[in-house]
Amino acid sequence: MTLLSFNIPVVVLLPFVGAIAAAWVSRYSRLASAWAATIITLLAMAFLAPAAGLPFQGETLIQSWSWIPGIGLTFSFRLDGLALLFALLILAIGLLVIGYARYYLSPKDCMGRFFAYLLMFMGSMLGVVLSENLIQLVVFWELTSLTSFLLISYWRHRQDARLGARMALAITGAGGLALLAGVMLLGHVVGSYNLTDVLAAGDRVRASELYLPVLVLILIGVFTKSAQFPFHFWLPHAMAAPTPVSAYLHSATMVKAGIFLLARFFPVLSGTPEWSWIVSSAGLITLVIGAYIALFQHDLKGLLAYSTISHLGLITLLFGFGTQLAAVAAIFHIINHATFKASLFMVAGIIDHETGTRDMRRINGLFSYMPHTAVLAMIAAAAMAGVPLLNGFLSKEMFFQQTITASQVSGWAWAIPALVLIAAIFSVAYSLRFIHDVFFNGKPVDLPKTPHEPPRFMKIPVDLLVIICLAVGIIPMFTVAPVLHVAVAGTLQASPPEYSLAIWHGINLPLIMSILALAGGALVYTARKRLFAWHDASVARWDARIVFNAILGSLDRFAVGVTRVFDKGSLQNAAVWVIVTALTAGFIGWMGISAPLLGARELLPVDGVSLAVLAVMMAASLMTAVLHRRRLVSLLMLGVVGLVVSLVFVKFSAPDLALTQLSVEVVTVVLLLLALYFLPQSTPRERDKVRIGRDIAISVLAGAGVAVLTMGVLTRELTPISDYFLLNAVPGGGGTNVVNVILVDFRGTDTLGEIVVLALAGLGIYAMLRGMKLPAPDRDSQGRLWSSDNHPEIMRTHTRLLFPLMLMIAVYIFLRGHNLPGGGFIAGLIAAVALIVQYLANGIAWTSKRLRFDMHWVIGLGLLAATATGLVAMGLGYPFLTSTFTYLDWPVVGKFEVASAIAFDLGVFLVVVGATVLSLVELGKLSDSSHKAEQQKRRTEVR
Amino acid sequence: MSHLTAWPVFLPLITGFLLILLRGKGIYYQRIVSLSAVAGLVALAVALIVVSLPGQYQVYLLGNWTAPFGIVLVADRASALMVSITAVLALAALWYAVASNTDEKGPHFHVLYQLQLFGLNGAFLTGDLFNLFVFFEVLLLASYGLLLHGGGRLRTRAGLHYVVINLIGSTLFLFAVGTLYGLLGTLNIADMAARIATAPGDSLGLIAAAGLLLLVVFGVKAAMFPLYLWMPGAYANTSAPVAALFAIMTKVGIYAIIRVHGTIFGSEAGELAYYYMPWVLGLGLVTLTFAALGVMAARNLREQIAYLVLASVATLLIGVGLNGSSALSATLYYLIHSTLIAGAMFLLADVILKGRGAFEDRFESAPQLPNAVVTGSVFMFGAIAITGMPPLSGFFGKVLILNAALHHEWVAWVFTILLAASLLTIITMARTGSSIFYRTLPPPPSPAAGEPLNRNAFMAVIGLFLVSPVLVICAQPVTAFTASAAEQLLDSTAYIEAVLSAPAVNNPSIEE
Repeated sequence: MTLLSFNIPVVVLLPFVGAIAAAWVSRYSRLASAWAATIITLLAMAFLAPAAGLPFQGETLIQSWSWIPGIGLTFSFRLDGLALLFALLILAIGLLVIGYARYYLSPKDCMGRFFAYLLMFMGSMLGVVLSENLIQLVVFWELTSLTSFLLISYWRHRQDARLGARMALAITGAGGLALLAGVMLLGHVVGSYNLTDVLAAGDRVRASELYLPVLVLILIGVFTKSAQFPFHFWLPHAMAAPTPVSAYLHSATMVKAGIFLLARFFPVLSGTPEWSWIVSSAGLITLVIGAYIALFQHDLKGLLAYSTISHLGLITLLFGFGTQLAAVAAIFHIINHATFKASLFMVAGIIDHETGTRDMRRINGLFSYMPHTAVLAMIAAAAMAGVPLLNGFLSKEMFFQQTITASQVSGWAWAIPALVLIAAIFSVAYSLRFIHDVFFNGKPVDLPKTPHEPPRFMKIPVDLLVIICLAVGIIPMFTVAPVLHVAVAGTLQASPPEYSLAIWHGINLPLIMSILALAGGALVYTARKRLFAWHDASVARWDARIVFNAILGSLDRFAVGVTRVFDKGSLQNAAVWVIVTALTAGFIGWMGISAPLLGARELLPVDGVSLAVLAVMMAASLMTAVLHRRRLVSLLMLGVVGLVVSLVFVKFSAPDLALTQLSVEVVTVVLLLLALYFLPQSTPRERDKVRIGRDIAISVLAGAGVAVLTMGVLTRELTPISDYFLLNAVPGGGGTNVVNVILVDFRGTDTLGEIVVLALAGLGIYAMLRGMKLPAPDRDSQGRLWSSDNHPEIMRTHTRLLFPLMLMIAVYIFLRGHNLPGGGFIAGLIAAVALIVQYLANGIAWTSKRLRFDMHWVIGLGLLAATATGLVAMGLGYPFLTSTFTYLDWPVVGKFEVASAIAFDLGVFLVVVGATVLSLVELGKLSDSSHKAEQQKRRTEVR
Repeated sequence: MSHLTAWPVFLPLITGFLLILLRGKGIYYQRIVSLSAVAGLVALAVALIVVSLPGQYQVYLLGNWTAPFGIVLVADRASALMVSITAVLALAALWYAVASNTDEKGPHFHVLYQLQLFGLNGAFLTGDLFNLFVFFEVLLLASYGLLLHGGGRLRTRAGLHYVVINLIGSTLFLFAVGTLYGLLGTLNIADMAARIATAPGDSLGLIAAAGLLLLVVFGVKAAMFPLYLWMPGAYANTSAPVAALFAIMTKVGIYAIIRVHGTIFGSEAGELAYYYMPWVLGLGLVTLTFAALGVMAARNLREQIAYLVLASVATLLIGVGLNGSSALSATLYYLIHSTLIAGAMFLLADVILKGRGAFEDRFESAPQLPNAVVTGSVFMFGAIAITGMPPLSGFFGKVLILNAALHHEWVAWVFTILLAASLLTIITMARTGSSIFYRTLPPPPSPAAGEPLNRNAFMAVIGLFLVSPVLVICAQPVTAFTASAAEQLLDSTAYIEAVLSAPAVNNPSIEE
């Protein structure tokens, strides 16, 4: 394995690892993290170096590993000319910025955090430009958004930093998501997410019906990142970042990521009218607007930010032309803009650092204070203006040439060079302002600090960048030419067209435009005072940020509105939604299939008694609802419903169910009675007629729905699995009561689950009520005081007599359960009723003293017994809850059948008793303690 | 006879009643028993995954009665995965509860916790529709008890909403099961699937109605629009470890849709094959819209995370609704991520809440947290994970789902809503992080200050968050597993065959 088989991911991932290192070493020394960052960057360069020669030999290096093969996501990297150019820019300017930042940051700023963020950003950027897989590219793309959020909000105590960072994240994050969608659609069209395949499939993509969505989505990503109109407004607000960040992110790297993508997809997406229209109009508008606004910025960094926007527009416009020569000019300008703009940002940082302000109305005449810096600034600004012998001039000439070429396309296209000339004039004017306003133009006004030259080493990065500006501008063939050539080849994925980097092409239209721009710019600058006044009075009030904030604000209000309207925090509202949805679902389900509602089975004859009983049940149900404000009556009505249901069970020969229903009914009503005591004495009357009507309608529909569903089932013939239970209850389960055998054997796990539910109810009630004190009413609803005669003597005596009898019945019901109606559940309820009656008749104190079981133990033992039968079976090599039974001969009684399931049933019995009594006693205690407190209070009041 | 399939269900049950019996022994013993049981559950879950890898169904006949007459537990790759997620989440949340002493705030915390796990694992492993109902009841009661743990007015109120809505759901479940039993004559899921193919045509309408009714029931559990109203309040107001464990509760609903509907109304169901899918997809998209708006409208961090959980549920519903092996595989991948990350976020919210003292987790300026750098970094990590930003697993889960949507006719809707919701949550979480960690006040007088960071408890948060990078780095084996689990889920014929042909162990009582 050679270095060339894995070095590119190392280059990309090294800064991320280095970020941790840089943060870590900062605890030992402030400068250590700067050194760590420097070393990491140099190391990354060293790892890139062995591969750097390949693109010059016309080779494309691809290193790939499998990642998520299912969707064609590979972990893969690509080094061609374009990627190499960007990687070099990122690393080289990164290195300079690190050196610069080491002097820029004040002792208050945390170095470790800064350099960690910066390195993470560097890694993300490298990932964007070096990715072969498009999904992976989007991953790094979004990482640049995240890391730039961290960098912009570095001074987190400043509100403008926080807001600027959030705005940048919102805009670039949105673009990233659009890009993701675009890339996924593109991958769908091509059938691969690998750039190699995508770049080779340009014709197919352009012919695809998905071309327009792909193009628009990817361009949203590009325009947001590269601050193109109408998404340009985040960039000036990102200037709240420390200046090294602006120099790095907002001149050379992050904002160029969008441009990079334009170049990357140039062979795939360009060459169509859609591309030309969208890309060039966005570029042209951005170019003009940026150049215009830049002139009126009083903030040094604001001027540079808008100038950056304008230059990015220029590059976008070039790509929009869609010709190969335009692409050459675009790539060339990317290089040039990165060098002069990074140096200008650094100068702005030096001035800010040394004067304490960035306001150009106060910073004047700095030439005498810092001549070295001033010279650097002037050269860089001249390059920005496009002055001959500097790099900016060369690429601007090429640009002008391209606009002239483009103007011959159609009748209206002459507007392009015209508008470009206007932008160029403003560009010259703001460059002049940067030079003249700052370094000349009288004396400084009321500066917080007395300016002087910065430390020697803070200027070195600027020196180097300015030297590059000069070198490229004077001897392009010996400096930039090879890199430009290979980058263009990488962009076009073909050999570059013929172009000339000469400084002098003779007197031609581009040169005339250059001269016009320089002269016009000087003219505009002289007239600036009047222009400022006019601008401040009219255009200045327009700020895209206001629109952005308005959109976000109304989105926020909309979100709050929708959420609060739908989620009212009302239980009734939630319940209505569930019931209405259920009704709708049932209806839609049935409607979707054309099948009759009712089956063909004949109905049974109806007798008078049944009808009467059912009439009672319906009346009682109705009364329960109608009388809900008189709670006691309503509760009794509910009891009636339950009793009638158990009669229905009897009628249809289900004695087990009838018994269960009966005992459950008794226990439930007692529990509810205890709970009623704590509810408010009166229920507020519903007054909203519409709502009452709505609720009645829903209830009627719900009832009708259930009736229809039941009728539909009951009128059809059924061949269920229950025959098996009838056949196997005796031979397989050892019991003649099939219901009981189902409960404890065939479907024992259900029963186990249900007794856990019961246990949970008991424990839950215990947990909820323990230590709780509720305000108890001292009078009933008619205003009468509670009787102080708690435990009537007759009831007390009789219940004590009845107690052993009731327990005997419970035991009897329990024992016969496997063969005759009965079983652990019913027996448990009967025993529970026996105990509850004691509590009711004799009071909690008296009964608790005599019944010393901890009901928790009863529940625990019950669960233990039920589970143990299952575990024993497991121990014997059978599945959980496998039962067995045998016949014993008892004296007197005779042949007696013993099933292992009886142990299970005992568990059921114990849990039912334990949980029921625990809940009741806890409720009773609560009422007891609250009641006593109330009586206490009354007594003190009387005294 | 291997009992491996049964142990994840019955271990928590046994632990549960042992803890009842150990009540007098004090919290120390309870903690040891409870933690070791959950650690054992993690080991069992791993074993279950290993056993499920070759692709066989582990069918366990409870009571030694063959299907469809007895109740069966069925372990396949998907159910093993669900049990594993539950176990890992439960261990972290329990650790947090113990380390932060939340378990002492009321009685029976550990009992309720174990029985909750009994209900969860039972719901994931059962092959019987009525048994699923029983486990839903266990879940409901246990979660209600846990929800109220610690007490308080808001908690009791949220608990009431929770329990009432879910009881309505239980009632509907009974209607649906009753109807299906009345028409198909069986309760076993595999048997139902087998019988639906031969069901008389005139009863298909009612079967379809019952199926959608069942979808409503699972929708209540999963928190699907418009059935989720119980959810934000319940999650936002309960104690942190409980909220964290509840991250799996909504997934029970999702899993039930995949398992029950996917099997009964699967590819073999003739006219009813996948007839419910447009509803899952459509309501998933609506839920996601409402969830994203809810995230934006939330008034405190815990409510916000509850809505983020809702958004993740909605994403899962979309994944299910897209229907197909790649979509299902993506859903399972996203499910692992979203469950564990949501759990971690609830725990983290508690750390932040305690650190801010009287300011709790409201979105207003407060003094800086103790250990703000650590907490803030972890918050940023969590926010990236839960909003689905790269490079963490949420992003890849979303990409997997989007990729599966490419072939669906609703692709434009899925892309638009999924990405727009992502954007809203990203914007909102940036705002949240900024207001909690950046916009701070000067340090307060000491009584108002928050608690220092509980490092032991914090380990649970870190541990859960670490799953996210692992899911990214090991994406290849993980997606390979989820893909094979999805294939197995879609092969309802094999499931039916495996369940209905599972033989009983020779039973001596039948021999007599």
